[in-house]
Amino acid sequence: MKKILSSTPLIMLIFSVVVLSAPIWLAPLGANYPDLLQKFAIFGIFAVGYNILFGLTGYLSFGHATFLGIGSYTAVWSFKLLTMNILPAIILAMIVSGVFALVIGFLSLRRSGIYFSILTLAFAQMAYSLAYSVLTPITNGETGLQLTQQDPRYLDAIAGIPVKDGLPSTNLFGTLIKSMDGYFGFYVAAVVLIVAFYISLKIFRSPFGMKLRAIKSNQTRMKYTGFNTRPYLLTAFVISGMYAGLAGGLLASIDPLAGAERMQWTASGEVVLMTILGGVGTLIGPLLGATIIKYFENIFSALNSNELHKIFDFLPEGMENFMVTVVGPFVGEGWHLTLGLVFMIVVIFLPGGIMQGISHLFGFIKRIFGMGDKPAPVDDTVNNDSVSKGGAS
Amino acid sequence: MDAILIQLLNGLDKGGAYALIALGLTLTFGTLGVVNFAHGALFMLGAFCAVLFNKVLTISAKVKDESITFFDAYKETPYLELWWGDTGATIIDYSVPLSILFVIPIMLLVGVIMERGLIKHFYKREHADQILVTFGLAIVIQEIIRHFFGANPIPTPAPDVVAGSAAVGAFFGLNENLVYPWWRLIYLAFSLSIIGAVFAFLKYTTFGMVVRAGMADRETVELLGINVQKRFTIVFGIATVVAGLAGAMYAPILPPDYHMGMDFLVLSFVVVVVGGMGSLPGAVAAGFLLGLLQSFASMNEVKAIFPGIDQIIIYLVAVVILLVRPRGLMGREGVFED
Repeated sequence: MKKILSSTPLIMLIFSVVVLSAPIWLAPLGANYPDLLQKFAIFGIFAVGYNILFGLTGYLSFGHATFLGIGSYTAVWSFKLLTMNILPAIILAMIVSGVFALVIGFLSLRRSGIYFSILTLAFAQMAYSLAYSVLTPITNGETGLQLTQQDPRYLDAIAGIPVKDGLPSTNLFGTLIKSMDGYFGFYVAAVVLIVAFYISLKIFRSPFGMKLRAIKSNQTRMKYTGFNTRPYLLTAFVISGMYAGLAGGLLASIDPLAGAERMQWTASGEVVLMTILGGVGTLIGPLLGATIIKYFENIFSALNSNELHKIFDFLPEGMENFMVTVVGPFVGEGWHLTLGLVFMIVVIFLPGGIMQGISHLFGFIKRIFGMGDKPAPVDDTVNNDSVSKGGAS
Repeated sequence: MDAILIQLLNGLDKGGAYALIALGLTLTFGTLGVVNFAHGALFMLGAFCAVLFNKVLTISAKVKDESITFFDAYKETPYLELWWGDTGATIIDYSVPLSILFVIPIMLLVGVIMERGLIKHFYKREHADQILVTFGLAIVIQEIIRHFFGANPIPTPAPDVVAGSAAVGAFFGLNENLVYPWWRLIYLAFSLSIIGAVFAFLKYTTFGMVVRAGMADRETVELLGINVQKRFTIVFGIATVVAGLAGAMYAPILPPDYHMGMDFLVLSFVVVVVGGMGSLPGAVAAGFLLGLLQSFASMNEVKAIFPGIDQIIIYLVAVVILLVRPRGLMGREGVFED
C-alpha cells in the first residue's frame, strides 16, 4: 500500500490535480484571484529550488534572490531584443542565472557553514549594489528595466509580427496563449511548477540526492569514503540557482519589468523563511511555506482597522474595540511582525516546519486509532521518504 | 591632501561604528558560540533608546506665548524648562549624551532577558538554527519599533555646543576652511574609549580573566568549579550594551529608522568574518580597515578608475579574504569550523 502511495506517477498525478484545480479549492479562502495564484506558483518554484540546496545539503545561502533578479533582467532583455514569446525568455533566464550560479557557487562553496552564508550574502549585496549603480545601462537602476515602444525585438521582426500601437504583451507562440494576463499566467506558471516539482522529486529520489543528503549529515565521512563532495555541491547550487532564475523569468513574463529590489538580501531572507516554515528538506514543505507566506502577505497586509471592526462585529462593543486594538498591530502594515513571530515559533518548536507538524499529527492519530489501521496520506509518505532527520514518525 | 584627511576621518568614524558592532558580535560568538543575527537590531534599539529619552525629556505643556500680544497664542514648552528654567533646557540639549545613562540599564536588561529567554535554548542547535531564530527575532524587534515610532527616520540632534564643525584643517596645518563635524569626532573618541574599556575589562579584571579562560577552554574552567555560564550571560549583556551605546551615540549622525539595524548587520557580519571569527582584536582592526577602505573608495579619483567600487569594496574585500585566508585576518584555529 505504502509503495503505491509513494510511487512517482501517483504523487505527480495528485500534485498536478491539486495545483491545476487551485483556483477552485482556494476560492473559499478568498485567494482565487490570478495575481495571487501566480505568486503562489512562482515563489513555489523558487522555494522548491532553494530546498534542493538548503534542504538536501544544509548549506544556508543568504543570496538566492540574486539569481531571481538575474533571471528577471534576462527575461526582460529577451523581450526587448528578441521576441515577446516567453519560452526563449524563460530558457535564457535559466541559462544566464545558471552561469552566474556556477561562478558564485564555485567561489562560495570553498567554505562551509556560516562562512558560506556570509559569502553568498556578500555576493548578493554586490550584485544588488551594482544593479543600482554602475550597471544602470543594463538594469536601468532605480526605475527598473521596462519595455519601450522602440525595442527592436529582432526575432519578432524576422517572423513578421506586425508592430501595433502600445506595448505588446508577452505571449506563448503568439496564437497559443495571446497574453499572460490573469489565469493564463497562472496556468503557465502552474505547468512549469509541476515540471519543476517533478524534477525536484526525481532529484530527491536519485543517488545524486542521496549523496547530497549524505553531505548534510556528515561531510567529513563522505570525503573519507572517497567522494569529492564539491562537484555535487556545485551541481546542487547551480540547479537551485537555475530554479531561481526560472522563477525570475516567470515573474518577468507575467509582468515584464525587473527591478533591483528583487535582489535585496531581505528577498533572499524571504525564501529562507518559506523553506523553513514549510519544512526544510521535505518535498512539499517549501511549496506550502511559499503559499502560506504569500497568502498571508496578501490577506493580512490588506486588513486595516475598518476591516477588523467588521470581522469582530459579532462581539459586544467593548470587546470589539479591545480585540481590534490587540490584533491591530499584527495585521496591515505590521504583518511582518506576525511573520517574524510565527517564524521564531516554528524554528524553536518545530525545526522541521509545518511538514513535521503534520507528520506528528498523523503519528498522533495513528496512535489513537491503533497502528496501521489507516494508510498514511501521500504527503506523509513523501515526508517519510525525504526527511533526513527526526521528523518522520 | 585635504580630501584624504576628510576621508581618513570619515573612514575612522564609520570604522568606529563597525568595530563596536563587530566587537559585540564577536563577544557573543566567542563566549556563547551563538551566531546572533539580531545584533543589528540591538544597535537600532540603542538608537531608539536615545530617541525615546529625548521624547520623554521634551514632554511639553501648552503655555501662552507672551511675545505675541495681538491674540492668544500658545507654544509648546517642555515641562523640564518650566520647572528648572535654563537647567532644564540644558538637560534637553544634552539628551543624546545623557541617554547613555538610560541605555546601559535597559540594554543590559534586554540582553540578559534575550539570553535567558531565547538564546540559552539554542546552544546545542546548529548554527543555521541560531541564525534563523535570531533573524526572526530581529524582524520582530524591528517591527515593534516601527509600530511605536513609525517608518520615518527621527532626527535626534546633538548638543548645541558640538553641533557645529571643528576646524581640523587649521589643526593639522592644512587648509583653513577644512572643517569636520564635532559630533563625528566625538563619536570616534567614544568608540575608541568603549573598545578600550571592553579590552581593559577583559584583560585586567578577575571577571575578564575567567571569561577569557572560558573562551579558550570552557570545560576546564567549569571543572575548576566556576560557573562559566553565568559569566557568559553577563558578557552577552555587555555585548548588548556595547551595541546599544554604539546605536545611541550614532543617532545624531544618522537619524534612526527601524531598519538601520539590518543595514549595519550585514556589514558588521562581513567585518567579523574578515577579522576572524572569535578574535576581538581582529574584529576591531577589520572594522576600522573596512571603514577606511569604504570611505577611500568613495573618493571621486578612485571612482573614476573603478566605477561603482564604493558600493562593493567591502564585499569584494570580504570575498577575497575569505577565499585566501579562510580564518580571516586574525582568526583562531578551530572556531566555527564544522
